[in-house]
Order: sequence, then C-alpha cells, then structure tokens
Amino acid sequence: MTSDVFEPGIKAGRLAPDILEAQFSDLHPPLDAHEALVAADRCYFCHDAPCITACPTDIDIPLFIRQIATGTPDAAAKTILTQNILGGMCARVCPTETLCEEACVRELAEGKPVLIGQLQRYATDTLQSKGVHPFSRAAVTGKTVAVVGAGPAGLACAHRLAMLGHDVVIHDVRPKPGGLNEYGIAAYKTPDEFAQGEVDWLMQIGGITLKHEVALGDGVTLDGLQSKFDAIFLAIGLGGVNALGVEGEDKNGVSDAVDFIADLRQAGDMGSVPIGRDVVVIGGGMTAVDAAVQAKLLGALNVTLVYRRGRDRMNASAFEQDLAASKGVRIVTHAVPVAVHGNGAVREIEFEYVDDAMKGTGQTLMLAADQVFKAIGQTLQSDGLPDLEGRKIMVDEAGRSSVKGIWAGGDCASGGDDLTVTAVAEGRDAAMDIHKVLVG
Amino acid sequence: MADLTSNFIGIKSPNPFWLASAPPTDKEYNVRRAFEAGWGGVVWKTLGSEGPPVVNVNGPRYGAIYGADRRLLGLNNIELITDRDLFTNLEEIKRVKADYPDRAVIVSIMVPCEEAAWKAILPLVEDTGADGIELNFGCPHGMSERGMGAAVGQVPEYIEMVTRWCKQYYSKPVIVKLTPNITDITKPAAAAKRGGADAVSLINTINSITSVNLDSMSPEPSIDGRGSHGGYCGPAVKPIAMSMVSEISRGDDTCGIAISGIGGITTWRDAAEFMTLGCGNVQVCTAAMTYGFKIVQEMISGLSEWMDSKGHTSIDDFCGAAVPNVTDWNQLNLNYIAKAKIDQDLCISCGRCFAACEDTSHQAIAMSEDRTFTVIDEECVACNLCVNVCPVEACITMEAMTPGATDPRTGKVVQPDYANWTTHPNNPGATAAE
Repeated sequence: MTSDVFEPGIKAGRLAPDILEAQFSDLHPPLDAHEALVAADRCYFCHDAPCITACPTDIDIPLFIRQIATGTPDAAAKTILTQNILGGMCARVCPTETLCEEACVRELAEGKPVLIGQLQRYATDTLQSKGVHPFSRAAVTGKTVAVVGAGPAGLACAHRLAMLGHDVVIHDVRPKPGGLNEYGIAAYKTPDEFAQGEVDWLMQIGGITLKHEVALGDGVTLDGLQSKFDAIFLAIGLGGVNALGVEGEDKNGVSDAVDFIADLRQAGDMGSVPIGRDVVVIGGGMTAVDAAVQAKLLGALNVTLVYRRGRDRMNASAFEQDLAASKGVRIVTHAVPVAVHGNGAVREIEFEYVDDAMKGTGQTLMLAADQVFKAIGQTLQSDGLPDLEGRKIMVDEAGRSSVKGIWAGGDCASGGDDLTVTAVAEGRDAAMDIHKVLVG
Repeated sequence: MADLTSNFIGIKSPNPFWLASAPPTDKEYNVRRAFEAGWGGVVWKTLGSEGPPVVNVNGPRYGAIYGADRRLLGLNNIELITDRDLFTNLEEIKRVKADYPDRAVIVSIMVPCEEAAWKAILPLVEDTGADGIELNFGCPHGMSERGMGAAVGQVPEYIEMVTRWCKQYYSKPVIVKLTPNITDITKPAAAAKRGGADAVSLINTINSITSVNLDSMSPEPSIDGRGSHGGYCGPAVKPIAMSMVSEISRGDDTCGIAISGIGGITTWRDAAEFMTLGCGNVQVCTAAMTYGFKIVQEMISGLSEWMDSKGHTSIDDFCGAAVPNVTDWNQLNLNYIAKAKIDQDLCISCGRCFAACEDTSHQAIAMSEDRTFTVIDEECVACNLCVNVCPVEACITMEAMTPGATDPRTGKVVQPDYANWTTHPNNPGATAAE
C-alpha cells in the first residue's frame, strides 16, 4: 500500500498502475476449453428445463450446453444468439444467481448450479472471437424503422429488424453505441473493449445505420421520425438521475454514480480517474455496488455504501452485495441522508437511521466523506413522449405504445426489471411485432 | 480384519489382486515397483519364442474413450507381446521371483501352435522358478494374424491340444487365457478344461476401433494415417467380462474350473463382483495404467472392509456366491411385480425420468405444472429406465408389490407363487402346469 491512499481529497493515481490493472481485470476469468467441457458435463439436460423458464430471453440452455459438451461451441453460440443477440454481454452482466442459475436443479440439489453464465460466455466468445456472424439478412423489404437509443433494447430490436430485411437507423445521444453496456456497467465486468467489439460484431448483419450524438429534441423529433420512417422503436433508457433533496447536495465532491461509472469505462487509464479517500455511495442497486466496488478498486481508503432499507430489500443481488463486502466496502443499512456538510466541498455527510417503515429514529450517523456518489435511481426524461404508466412509457406485451407506429422497450418502458437481458428480450419481441405490422 | 490371502490353484499370494499380462508387467523394473506397491502377483508380459523379438509400431499404441472430465472409460491397444529378448525376460523373472517369494509370478507365453515350440520354451520358463504359466490365446491383433493369440483361442481343438502339451512339458499350474472375440465363451473354456488346464483367465481384450479422426479419416490410434483394430479394455468392458465369467461358472462343461477374472476391474467393488461370480482371483491392467500401481491399496482396504462388514473371514467365503442367482431369462419369476416410486424429498425436478418414460417407454410418469413428477402405476411396467436416468441416487426405487394386491396396470391380483415363462399360458411351448 502506497502512502497515496492516506491522502485526503479527491485525487488520481492512488494505486500503482500494475495494481490498478490487476484490480480491474476480468471479474470471472473465462473458462478454458477443458473447464468448459467439465462444467458442461454437469448439466442434466432437464426436460422443459427450469433455467429456460428463468431466462428472460428463453435461451435453450440445456441444448447449448450439450453443444458445448459435444465439441461444437459455435453451434452453442448460435443457439444462444438466436434468442439473445447480446448473449455475450448478458453472459457477463446477467445476475445469473437470481435467474437461470438460481433455477438450475443442481442449485436445488447441491447448492452448486451449472455455470450457465460462464458457459454462455465460452460459447459466444468462441464464435465472436473468430469474427463470425452466424445470421444473414432476409431479402430487403423496403421498410424503414427508426430506433432511438443504441443500448441493449435498441441494438436487439435493430438487429432483429435488419435480419428480417428492414432498414434501420439507430439514433443515439452518446458518441459511442452500446448504451449502458458501454457506459453503465462496472469495468471489471466487461474489460478489453468487449462492448464495442460486440456492437461491431452485431452490425455485421448489415442494414443498420448508426447516428451518434442525436437525441429526441436535440437533432431529431418524434414527429420528424414518424414522417420519415415506417415505425419507431424508443429505447432511450433513463436519462435523468434522482436527486437526494438534502441540504448541501450541490457541494463539490457530490456527483452521480452513473457519471463515475461512465468515466471509468471511458478512461483509457484507470490511474487518471480521481477518487476520494473517504467515499460514500448512497443507494442499494447494481449502480451503487458498481460505484462502491470501483471506488475501492481505485484505491479509496474507506468506502461506505449506505442504503435506506435492509439488505434483503436491496436491488443489488446477494452476489453483488457479497462482492462489495469482499472488496472491503462497508454496507450501512436503514439510514437516509439528511445533510451534506463542508465548506465548498463535502467534508462529512450526515444520515439518520430509519425503521423498516422509513420513519426517522432520531439517531444519526456522521460519515467522513470527500466524495459522495448518488445512486438512488434514474428517471425517464419524458417530454413529448407517448403516454406514461407511472414514470415510464406505457407499452403492451408486444411493446406497442399509446401512439400508433411507436414501440418502446428497455428501461424506458413499463414492465420489465431494468436488466440488460430483459431489455434485449423486449427489443427482440418489439421487432417481431413491428415486422408483423409492417409486412402484414 | 479379513484375511485376504489367496490360494489360487495352489499359487499363493498375499491378496487376490494380480496385475494382468500387459505393459505394466513387461520388465523387472515395473514388476518390482508393483510388488512394492502391494500387488499380490503379476502375470509377466507374454513371452515369445527364442530369436529376434517382435517389433511394435513406433506411433501411438493406445486409443481411448472418455467420460466426463476426461475420465478414461475404455482403452484399446495395438501393442504386441514383449519386444524384448526372451533370455533377458527369463533372467529378470528369476531374479524377481527370488526376491519376492511370497508373491505370485506367472509367465504368459505365446509361441506358434507347434509342439516343438512349446517343448522348447517351457523348460526355460520352469527354470525361472515362476509359479505357473498363462497361455495367451487371446491377443486379438498382430499375433493372431500370425496364427497365434486369438487365432488359437477361437479354435477349441487348438486350445485343448496346446494345453495338453503344456501340462505334459511343464510341472506347475497352467492357466488358459480366453479371448472374448467368440460367440460362445464356454466352448474354448471347456476345451481348456479337457486339455487339463488348472484354470482359465478372462477376458482378454475385445476387437475395437475407439474412434475415427474426422479430419484425416483415420481410425485411432492412427499410425501415419491408418489404423487397425485393437484390444479394448477398461471399465467399459466389465459387464461383458462378467457375463462371460458367469457363463463359465454355471456351464455344464465348464463349471468347477478355476477362473481368474479380468476385464475393467478398477476398484475393490469390481473385484468383489467378479469373485462372487466365481473368480478365485482377479487381474488388473487398465486401472493401473490409468492411475499407477498405488490403486491396489484402495482395493486391499476396500475389499477387507467390505468382508469385515459382511462377516467374511476369507475370500473363499464369498467366491461364487452370486453364481446360483445367475439364471436364464425363462427362469425369472413372472409373478414378481414392481412399480417405480419417486421420493419427492430427494427429487430435484430435472424431469429426466419424465422425458425418458414419455418419449421412449410407457408414458408412466406424470408431470405437474409445478414440476412434481409422479409414477402412474396404471402404466408402469417397472422397466427401471427412470431409475437408470435419474441423477439422484435412491430417488427413484423399484418397489415390489405385495402378493394379494391388485396390479393397477393389469387389474390382476399379484400371485405369491413363483411362475416363469416355461409354464406361462402365452408360451406356445408351455408344459401343462397341473
């Protein structure tokens, strides 16, 4: 440990470059060929397998695992990608412990599920590393579809539509495609520029044009898109970030966790990303954990994740919570922020303990903080959109919005659970419905 | 602690585990290591006639079949008999036997099917002090093409003739090793018995091609792009070997002859099973080639522990104990009726039993919305497939129905008495029961 970790304030390069490189390496190193065979052999090839039911994209898991076990990982990849074109990313970021692997009968039998996520990665990596794109386009239909948002839902929708012969233009606000895959996921979950590689691979289908740095109301309008395209798919995600609503929130050093996570992903050199000595993350979801863990990996001395309810209510899975704890993140529950203290920059943050009904107890907690990350949820920036349901675009099962010709999916749409894999499923299914409408 | 001492046709060894004639017993160095590890005896790798020894291929000799995690399930080989000089082998045998007088040393022999050839070699072998000989009538490749090995083992008259020569020119026990590459194993066994053999040993390896290379289109193991059938051994052949052993144990012309069991024996349990089918001892090769000589320690401890748990004090206590229960199909009790039963506490809801039964058997397992699997007694014929495919031990069991109960499948009352096919009304050849 260098003395840099003890220095107060927000500073870059707290850890030596080689340590940083190791810290941010692959969370789950890939299985090698033999490990994959051994892991695949544990699959029982269940009848009407529970893991398939548990997968939001309905991947035929026993089939692809058997294809791995019999030495045909490319066929396995095709089985996966037919259902989930972002199967490579999902293999890395899916909370498999609450999806397929939780449903695995071997989890029930021995508490050790088949390593479905890692096997999926083995298959998709094997195929994608060859640069092979296993799908081809149908005859061009002449129909055009505008997709807004190049995240998982938008990409999945665009790929399926392109495959069916439609011409697709994706409009995205960011300079790079991928959405949260590129900007919103911890670096150690998808190192080595995987997200961009996956998009490049996906684009090999042809028929998809990417337009960057255009957003609804900034370069394009819904009306304009409607006049130019036969259908529109909105996959704009949740662009806004919830505020704490407490005194001192505007002090220097207080920022949004999503921006920190995006900065880390875009930083070529982790040593260039400044981090506090005493970091506090507020929130209980995956974003909060991703921020807290990466703060620790960057060399923050003390990282505290503070959540207003109990650990059982955290949106971050038990695996994520354990990961945070194993990296040295302290998790404080049943506490809500009441004030940010400091002279210009944050120095301390004050919490009040609350009961299960969120009622204040009068007991307070003061945490030293030179950096505070807010991760208490994102919101839809909803001006001029179709009708909402709650705080999201209202859609039916097929993804149709209240406006004819406009579909929506992913985090911006009602239903779903804000998972990458769910977004992919919604994009894919909306594409199938759009196709049905366009070609009759 | 149980006494594992073995006295097989007068040949004593501290335990019934011998190494079979094969690469592990090719020379003094290996055999000494085997004895140090605890093996009760060895059958020295087959000797040929005096003169230039055979040559082996200089490419791969072995091919393999794997289970999960590259667990070796089956091995085949195209190695020949010893490719070392006869007299070097004889000197080594003599030295080893002198140093390990309590261990069994058997010399495997394969020479041409001529009396002079046997007459020449047998005194040389006798002079080593070895405890007996084993006649290699089983090797299925290379030597058989020269009229030896399996080529002899497939002609009972030759077996009888050569065995007689051996009994005539050699004073100690003679074991005849049988090839399984034959339709009826009792024929060569009976011939050996007629020729005066003290024992038979079986099985030798099975003609096999382990795999085909789909790139080069060569069988494996591939020698410069071509392959030949080899001898198959290892755990995969155990069921075949045990069936052949049982046929000899209960054959009219063969019962009573001592048997040394060979074929995929990997654990103490395998050994015990062979012995209950009538083997006085067992020979091991593939397991040693896979894991090394140390496995004999597990075999010794395992057999000893099992014998203690059953109250057996010597291996003679259980040798052949299962033979009376091996019978022909037409002697099986058709009044015995069982039904599969699924233990819901053990069931992990994988549904393999359902898929197997629904797709390939009798549609006798029901699946509910919540993945509960239950047996439909009205359809269950107790085929056991569900038990076999279930990944959880003892989750599905076959429960015998009590006589007097009604079988819901047939609507008939389960009868208490024994009745087999020979008297069944559906049998056109049935004899009247009255």
